[in-house]
Amino acid sequence: MKALFIIAILAAIAIGFWQVARLLGFTKSNQVATKKENNINGWLMLGLLAFVHGLLIYFMVVYGDVLLPKLSASTEGESIDTLFKITFGLILFVQFFTQILIFYFSFKYRGNIDRQAIFYADSHKLEMIWTSVPAVVLTGLVLYGIWTWNKVMDVSKDKEPLYIEIYAKQFQWEARYAGPDNTLGEANVRNIKGINTMGVDMQDKNAADDITVLKEFHLPKGRKVVFQFRSQDVIHSAYMPHFRAQMNCVPGMKTHFGFTPSVTTEEMRKNEDIIAKVEGINKIREAKSKELVAAGEDALEPYEFDYLLLCNKICGSSHYNMQMKIVVEEEADFNKWLKSQKTLAQKIN
Amino acid sequence: MSHHKETFVTKYIFSQDHKMISKQYLITGIIMGVIGGFMSMLFRLQLAYPEQHFTIIEAFLGKRGMGGQMTPDMYMGLVTIHGTIMVFFVLTAGLSGTFSNLLIPYQIGARDMASGFLNMISYWLFFLSSVIMVSSIFVHTGMASAGWTIYPPLSALPQAMSGSGLGMDLWLISMAIFIAASLLGSLNYIVTILNLRTKGMKMTRLPLTIWAFLITAIIGLISFPVLLSAALLLIFDRSFGTSFYLSDIFIQGEVLHYQGGSPILFEHLFWFLGHPEVYIILLPALGITSEVISTNARKPIFGYRAMIGSMLAIAFLSTIVWGHHMFVTGMNPFLGSVFTFTTLLIAIPSAVKAFNYITTLWKGNLQFNTGMLFSIGMVSVFISGGLTGLILGDSALDINVHDTLFVVAHFHLVMGISALLGMFAGVYHWFPKMFGRMMNKKLGYLHFWITIVAAYGVFFPMHFTGLAGLPRRYFSNTAFPLFDDLLPINRVITMFALIGGTAQLIFLGNFFISIFKGKKAVQNPWRANTLEWTTPVEHFHGNWDGDIPEVHRWAYDYSKVDGNGNPYEEDFTPQNLPIREGEEEF
Repeated sequence: MKALFIIAILAAIAIGFWQVARLLGFTKSNQVATKKENNINGWLMLGLLAFVHGLLIYFMVVYGDVLLPKLSASTEGESIDTLFKITFGLILFVQFFTQILIFYFSFKYRGNIDRQAIFYADSHKLEMIWTSVPAVVLTGLVLYGIWTWNKVMDVSKDKEPLYIEIYAKQFQWEARYAGPDNTLGEANVRNIKGINTMGVDMQDKNAADDITVLKEFHLPKGRKVVFQFRSQDVIHSAYMPHFRAQMNCVPGMKTHFGFTPSVTTEEMRKNEDIIAKVEGINKIREAKSKELVAAGEDALEPYEFDYLLLCNKICGSSHYNMQMKIVVEEEADFNKWLKSQKTLAQKIN
Repeated sequence: MSHHKETFVTKYIFSQDHKMISKQYLITGIIMGVIGGFMSMLFRLQLAYPEQHFTIIEAFLGKRGMGGQMTPDMYMGLVTIHGTIMVFFVLTAGLSGTFSNLLIPYQIGARDMASGFLNMISYWLFFLSSVIMVSSIFVHTGMASAGWTIYPPLSALPQAMSGSGLGMDLWLISMAIFIAASLLGSLNYIVTILNLRTKGMKMTRLPLTIWAFLITAIIGLISFPVLLSAALLLIFDRSFGTSFYLSDIFIQGEVLHYQGGSPILFEHLFWFLGHPEVYIILLPALGITSEVISTNARKPIFGYRAMIGSMLAIAFLSTIVWGHHMFVTGMNPFLGSVFTFTTLLIAIPSAVKAFNYITTLWKGNLQFNTGMLFSIGMVSVFISGGLTGLILGDSALDINVHDTLFVVAHFHLVMGISALLGMFAGVYHWFPKMFGRMMNKKLGYLHFWITIVAAYGVFFPMHFTGLAGLPRRYFSNTAFPLFDDLLPINRVITMFALIGGTAQLIFLGNFFISIFKGKKAVQNPWRANTLEWTTPVEHFHGNWDGDIPEVHRWAYDYSKVDGNGNPYEEDFTPQNLPIREGEEEF
């Protein structure tokens, strides 16, 4: 029955095409553009210009507020944001300028038998301009970009950072603090056993005070944090968008990334942009909850802002839901929280 | 030239004639494109309506789409095969295979490729790899689903995801055969262009299409073997227990024996092809666009030599920028700086090309034939997509948008849509040459306008979801309330994707009906200068009935004026016309 239905639809489509082909005069009409068609398509080019720019402006205005908060939650992120704004401004300028030229020229010089095109094949002067101007602009962009990159990628010991390990596995994150000695103990997957899920080498004396946590990890405001990333199975990527931070977790390797949290979770929740974003999201969730309740299911919990660690490298079935909560707090609160956590050694014994 | 006696098999199946092989590539490419494109419509439905049930999903996906909702594994399989098919089977083989084969002998004035036999083998290997790739979709454990970049260990361990079983074996075998096909093709293109040019066809008189195909073939020859070795080593790791890419792995409760390998090695090898691959796709499209824009603007392409120079520069740079795909893999920051530098350099030759196209339009007499519309669209999309490369190529900025939908939007515009538009431009422009008939222009106009609007409608909004932090390859973003407000954007994208996808039926109908029912083509319908239009409309092996024409000028003498500034009678001068009295060669 289903097969018959599909055949019937295909037959209908074929007949439709055949009729259209007849009507459009496949065999008869001249298939080269006429003056009238040049005219129509020329005007449509102007329409396309309006559509392309209109779409961009519309999304920038209407959806500008769903973007990540203009405020970066780390000091390193601020310099990334500055570079981003400059680059984005440049892109918008070039985009508007070049698209206007393309579509305006397409409109202005639409075909007309009464006019002949000019024979204009070369101009060293013009080509010099559009080689050297991008070259100069890019030199600036490259230098500024590399300067920012080196600043952001600094994981040196100079600032006496706090060392934390982020550990990835299908489909969960774990974190390990270095403890009072601020040195992470060695680890290898071959040591994984029972509660020692991260394979920490308990013979290593640096590991004795290491603290492991699940579900959420805390960071102190204003102190540089250097992360060490590991994975036990496939490549994952630790993505912390609010801090402008990302680093792959690669099995068999240790990778590093550092940043200085600059806004606590509480402060961020009071930020105007965030309040607006959270309100927007909760409106959507309320509407959805009503539908759910009507269908006899549970309502959704209202959304509250939290920093998140997401997996950003395809890693298997539950890649889309591999997350961990991050809490940024004042250093005193952070120290109190850390003291209340058990060390791995205590958990094992 | 003698006309061979040909049987049905030697003429239509195991043909060694470049024209027939070109048609075989095109039609195989179109079929693969339909499969790959349809997959994208299925997963766009999933992204826009994650909780809805669709009969169409159950109808096509069976137990992996039970109840009208696809499983996460199915979703990842679809994006993986969609990417593989589109990148390799449609935009590499379908585009380059079709037009290199069609145009190289025609435009340089040769009777066929240097080796018709290798050319035939190349197509049939490609066909074989297509069959294997398509059949891998149907295996019991699921198709390859580690993303089209198939990073190990995810792709290496069947324990890591179900798609990494037989599906991945078939993927790797298919790609190995594909690469062999591509290498045979590239060798043939290079040899033919260098050796079989007709009298007078100096390298500096070659149409830009041929330059583009030549440079594409060279990059392919340099980089595809590296992917082949990457694939072979992965096959070793998967099947023979070696540890090229694997080390220290604990999965499903047990430690695996692998030690000392590095997944990063695979990434280096993969992207050593992966990035040049972008230009393997893009350059032929840019070559086609150059030719079509110049012909239809009735104006010489602006800056012919600068165009060649920038293609060469792009080709060279494309082989030393692969690291920008790996900024966040833990590479030494100094190396990151080097890759940022080389990557952003590509913006310079790209800008030169873009401005040269725009200047070619300036004061032209634009004939909006269907091919021309697609070419203008191609230039527009190439710029829109290319500009965001300034963000992704800059290591510091890449940190926060890496692997988000921002990347997906960027590369779909700059290499996906723009190469696709270039391919359509080529099909509409050279259809009369391929099939001796014209395609219907009204349907062509409809096809173009819907496609370009849908393309922008899909990929402009997608940038915003990426900037909001939404990672790519997420089966659903309902697990994060943070992304709840992105759902309306996802629905807009899906709506445009469905419209754009459906509009391709107009093309399919037009294409296949025109093959049989189209208006008979005249010899030179677009009044173009290149040599293919000096051949008779009907095809026979050998291309020209008499002698091969001699070439006296470059391919872009459109709207030329004599010494006194007066136009000649016709606004085009084919390459085989001798220089007129008092005329200066450009």
